[in-house]
Amino acid sequence: MSEIRVSGLTHIYSADTPFEKIAIEDVNITVPHGQLVGLIGHTGSGKSTFIQHLNGLLKPSQGTVEIDGSDINASKIATKEARSKVGLVFQYPEYQLFEETVYNDIAFGPKNMKLSDEEIDERVKEAAELVGVSETLFENSPLELSGGQKRRVAIAGVIAMRPGVLILDEPTAGLDPSGCEQILKTIVDYRNRTGSTVIIVSHSMDDVARLADRLIVFNKGHVRFDGTPEEVFSNPEELKEIGLNVPVPTEIAMALKKRGVVIPRAIYTTEQLLSALLELGKEGE
Amino acid sequence: MLRDITLGQYFPGDTVVHRLDPRTKLLLVIIYIVALFSATGWPSYGLVIAVTVFSLAISKIKPKSAFKGLKPLIFIIILTALLNIFYTQGTPVAEGWPITWEGIEKAVMMSLRIILLIMGTFMLTYTTSPIALTDGMELLLNPLKKIKVPVHEMSMMMSMALRFIPTLIEETDKIMSAQKARGADFETGSLLQRAKALLPILVPLFVSSFRRADELAVAMESRCYHGGEGRTRMKQLKLMGRDWIALLLGALFLAAIYVMKHFGL
Repeated sequence: MSEIRVSGLTHIYSADTPFEKIAIEDVNITVPHGQLVGLIGHTGSGKSTFIQHLNGLLKPSQGTVEIDGSDINASKIATKEARSKVGLVFQYPEYQLFEETVYNDIAFGPKNMKLSDEEIDERVKEAAELVGVSETLFENSPLELSGGQKRRVAIAGVIAMRPGVLILDEPTAGLDPSGCEQILKTIVDYRNRTGSTVIIVSHSMDDVARLADRLIVFNKGHVRFDGTPEEVFSNPEELKEIGLNVPVPTEIAMALKKRGVVIPRAIYTTEQLLSALLELGKEGE
Repeated sequence: MLRDITLGQYFPGDTVVHRLDPRTKLLLVIIYIVALFSATGWPSYGLVIAVTVFSLAISKIKPKSAFKGLKPLIFIIILTALLNIFYTQGTPVAEGWPITWEGIEKAVMMSLRIILLIMGTFMLTYTTSPIALTDGMELLLNPLKKIKVPVHEMSMMMSMALRFIPTLIEETDKIMSAQKARGADFETGSLLQRAKALLPILVPLFVSSFRRADELAVAMESRCYHGGEGRTRMKQLKLMGRDWIALLLGALFLAAIYVMKHFGL
């Protein structure tokens, strides 16, 4: 079980200098075990700062972060423990690959956890299989792989630590559509197989709307919306106001509304739009 | 964190010092250093300190940030002080002690000299943007072009290096965070272990530096960069009244120091 409880979290960068900047202010969020959360926000909204607090990489200026009821900043040991519980995949994770072989790179995390060699081997193979990296690539240099493969290796490196919470910062940035699809599928697979909590940071509404159980929208360092995709996308105008795109189906529903075709509920997937329109068509007859 | 390093960082502002021509500031720093190393007695040290405090005040640098710049060099300062305390001949502080009064005086002077040197030169980078700094340097060194010194290339390389320091710091920060998230430990263990722990940072950093250099070269070429020949500037540097006044004050300062030196002060 890995419940995350964040209360009163505030972070100020470069405090007391001319560059002082409040990145996030008074954020209160509780994520129960097993939820798939989409974290949305404009560039500079504080979402990246927020996720770095969840495994103690950044220390709160104010407020606390608790995992399973214990404060992760209470001691160095607590922070270290949190790092193995909460796996964080950064933006463009392929730039962090450094080992000579794919195998060693995936094994870096588990090795740092001081596991036995057999255990490491088992985890590396499992993680590689999960992300779809074949064992024939194990002895290659990670720098020789293609962009999408590099990213999958990097994600495997975090998954191999078997974190109870997996956080991914813009996992699909810079990938082509099929690469995006594969990465997202991997993430959903991981969640389904392990029952872990997953937090995806993204600004692609279409992806997160489709997958997430819950959406949290950040704006200027504050939580603006927090709820199911249905709830969040029932305010499309406000979302657009804070500079976020809404999923294409929502956009279509909005355009239809302007022309007098009112769809009575929140629409954020193609299927929903289709069935709603079919219903309307039947009523019209 | 790494981003807190202030060494050579530019603090934007709008004071007289910020508005001075970078060439003036470079010359003033040279004058300042010469004066500092010519100062021998306490009265001349007092003058240097007064000038330093005065310049810090008019450029509105907080004392806190001025002292923060000293942090990386604290070890050198302490080492210099210790060596001077123990290796200067003279009258011992007490019977049989290895410490002499002369040693203490010299230690204080030497540490003060280093501190003032750092503060003076930091003032330049605090108040001058890197671009202005290298522009100023290029113009000052221009006469050397006559004897085939690649002045433009040198200043271009320097401005690029300066430009990429924050980028590299940010990148290092990011890579460190990512490896820490994978359980890497940079803070504990023996010296050898810690050196080894740097590998996961250095390898990606080198890879990305080469990638960046490559991208930069392509970007420069596609904007038709072909060296300094015939290049014009967007910001023309021009010496104003305040520059001449500042230089005059600098010259007076240096003269005063030499007069004092002559009288053994």
